Amino acid sequence: MTQTTTTAGSTGQLESDAIITRLDAAIDWIRKNSLWPMPMGLACCAIELMATGASRFDIARFGAEVMRFSPRQSDVMIVSGTVTYKMALAVKRIWDQMPDPKWCIAMGACASTGGMYRSYAVLQGIDRLLPVDVYVGGCPPRPEALLDALIKLQAKIQREPGLKNLKRAPAELPKAS
Amino acid sequence: MPTALDAAKAVRDRFGGKIGAPVVFADKVTGRDEVTVTVPRENIAVVCSFLKWDAGCAFDYLVDICGVDNHDASPRFEVDYLLYSMKNGGLLRLKVGVPEDNPTVPSVSSVWRAADWHEREAYDMVGIHFTSHPDLRRILMWEGYPFHPLRKDFPLEGKPSDVPGVAFTRAAPLDGGPFVTAPAAHAADREPRIRTNALADDVRDKTGEPTL
Repeated sequence: MTQTTTTAGSTGQLESDAIITRLDAAIDWIRKNSLWPMPMGLACCAIELMATGASRFDIARFGAEVMRFSPRQSDVMIVSGTVTYKMALAVKRIWDQMPDPKWCIAMGACASTGGMYRSYAVLQGIDRLLPVDVYVGGCPPRPEALLDALIKLQAKIQREPGLKNLKRAPAELPKAS
Repeated sequence: MPTALDAAKAVRDRFGGKIGAPVVFADKVTGRDEVTVTVPRENIAVVCSFLKWDAGCAFDYLVDICGVDNHDASPRFEVDYLLYSMKNGGLLRLKVGVPEDNPTVPSVSSVWRAADWHEREAYDMVGIHFTSHPDLRRILMWEGYPFHPLRKDFPLEGKPSDVPGVAFTRAAPLDGGPFVTAPAAHAADREPRIRTNALADDVRDKTGEPTL
């Protein structure tokens, strides 16, 4: 039996409110609209992250309001602030504790590149330890910028082969170089 | 009411010529009234004890202890103690010279409890060892970090180090100074920035889909 989605939807063979789509797209759609952030607040960017979560900017509009302080319940790590070398391996460890699939937003200049801290004490960008999906510029970025990053991350998740990732063992998933 | 200058004179009376003459930095406009006294290294603990417990001095508040690296000077290091008397007012600074080949200073943490962490910081950043300190560990960097980063001969970008499972450091790309301000007509062009894209080799291509 071969039917295109159009005929299936319009001939009434299925319920009228049923949606036919690829499983990949459905999984991605489910994932991207309930991202639970791990707030990795390390410096002043965390204040803007808090503002993003509060009523004025309301990250709940994008389904990412459930800030989890346990990495085991989180989907996206928002690294907001200066990552010192003393903190770096702790961040890495928390990242390793997050279950797949997981994503990372580097919020602000420090998390992205070390920012103005070009010094002996600061990791020059969290991407030296973790695979970053979205970088947000700014010192600190405004909440709108973080929300934009979240929307871009959602668009990225929607493009992912969600089903294939689902079937693969975690060891096969792309690792941070 | 005794001032810091009186206290400095009292210290000289008590400990004699080993104590340097007080240097006064006073300014009527700003109200600054700071007195500096140079103290020999081996006497610092007793002098501090005297300054705290002598009723006329009563420097009960240790504001700060700083380690200073006067590179190329002799002695190379210096430890500054900033004392304040809650009772009398008055700010007294003690300076102790520390030679490079034997950078040890008697700890004053038995005089003021606050000295504990100040001395740990001076040890961590400048590498001055405080003898008879109860717990002389690094306070900002981690145990096992091999350098003292606020020494003048330590490069700002840092040096590579590795303590497996604890922490690591890599040299930061400086490329001619952390930030350079180029003269320009427009304010936006005068923004301090790195001279070139020092991170060029580090920007990874994240656009490609993961290979499956």
